[in-house]
Amino acid sequence: MTIYLLCLALFSVGLYCVLRKRNIIKIIIGIGIMEYAVNLFFALIGYRAQGRSPIFAPDQAIRNMVDPLPQAVVLTSIVLGLSVTLMLVAVAIRIYERYGTFDITKITRLKG
Amino acid sequence: MGTNSEKGMGVIVKTVTKLTLGFILLYGIYITLSGHISPGGGFAGGVIIALSFVHVMLAFGKDAALKRLRPPGLRLVISGAALVFLAMAIIVPQGRVFDSEVIVPLCEAAIVGPGLFVIFVALVLLSKADKDSE
Amino acid sequence: MLEIHLILFFMIAAAIIAVEVKDLLSSIIAVGAVGIGLSMAFLVLKAPDLAIMQLVVEILSLIILIRATIRKDLPFSASGRWAFNTGATVVFFAVFLVCAYMALKGLRAFGDPLMRVSQAYLAEGPAKTRALNIVSAITSNFRVIDTLGEGVALFTAIIGILAVARKVGHKKKK
Repeated sequence: MTIYLLCLALFSVGLYCVLRKRNIIKIIIGIGIMEYAVNLFFALIGYRAQGRSPIFAPDQAIRNMVDPLPQAVVLTSIVLGLSVTLMLVAVAIRIYERYGTFDITKITRLKG
Repeated sequence: MGTNSEKGMGVIVKTVTKLTLGFILLYGIYITLSGHISPGGGFAGGVIIALSFVHVMLAFGKDAALKRLRPPGLRLVISGAALVFLAMAIIVPQGRVFDSEVIVPLCEAAIVGPGLFVIFVALVLLSKADKDSE
Repeated sequence: MLEIHLILFFMIAAAIIAVEVKDLLSSIIAVGAVGIGLSMAFLVLKAPDLAIMQLVVEILSLIILIRATIRKDLPFSASGRWAFNTGATVVFFAVFLVCAYMALKGLRAFGDPLMRVSQAYLAEGPAKTRALNIVSAITSNFRVIDTLGEGVALFTAIIGILAVARKVGHKKKK
């Protein structure tokens, strides 16, 4: 249970960064930290005490493997997190070209 | 930043890149193809292949790297892999568990590898264009 | 399980540094430290596939973040409409932490997973798919539609970034 609370603490650090910071790059960093926390949470759920990694050996019969299903889910999640981060960086560069600053309180004009 | 990104980095970095480029590419292909036996798989191998291209671009500068790896060829590879994925999506719902040790990782690596490199080129060119117009 | 707690403390410390430091380059490098800590945590949790994937993806995103966004002059400011933001953040955080704690209490104990579906995958995986890596067998054979969806999402991201990064002209007059 403590370890789930530590994972929640990491997620809250990222959430605080997204809510309170004014620089777009800091917001992207906060979203990245939240992604790391969520992937870690999935890997923690699938862990079995004294388990082994989910790879069979052709000559042994292994009984206690960790859960492979959350790991397959996290594999997809890492790639999607990467594509979201790249898209955010592209939009941030466009905003810098248009307004000359990364500060989100100065991006107020809606007309193109 | 300090170095001018048009020309790339110093002579030591260029020589080391020339020596290790083949190993990084080979490692990426190895992880892609041996995904069904040891950890790895298509996506990790594709990202490593993209990292080898990015390595070339960081060390030699934008123009020299783009002369070797032309964007139309990369777009052809990405589109071909996407079409093979589509063909698999039409075949799979018929319920057969098919031979997926080679086709699926290769398609994944072919989409992920050149795709991420094209993204890197687009973002770096975008920021460079902005720097030149300031 | 002392290693997991130590790695998590290291990750939380690096994340706090990444959030609070004023210099952008230092905070991006601190996020890199969080990512490498996460890769070590995946190794301790017996997930080598995820460790490889997390390491290379984090290297690529660090390169792109540093290369594309570090410029010479970045103005910082912290003024205007701050009281409303503080109040709303405190209320939101209180509600969020209460709900998260109630949700986490209902989980099983750490180290004791409920493997109802995975038992079937582990039992018939090597026989049906000739693959020794069960995670690879799941993503490329039992659940290949998920992998197809991920390929579609990545393809869409590529097209989206190429559409955003098109040169539509220089900075317009303000």
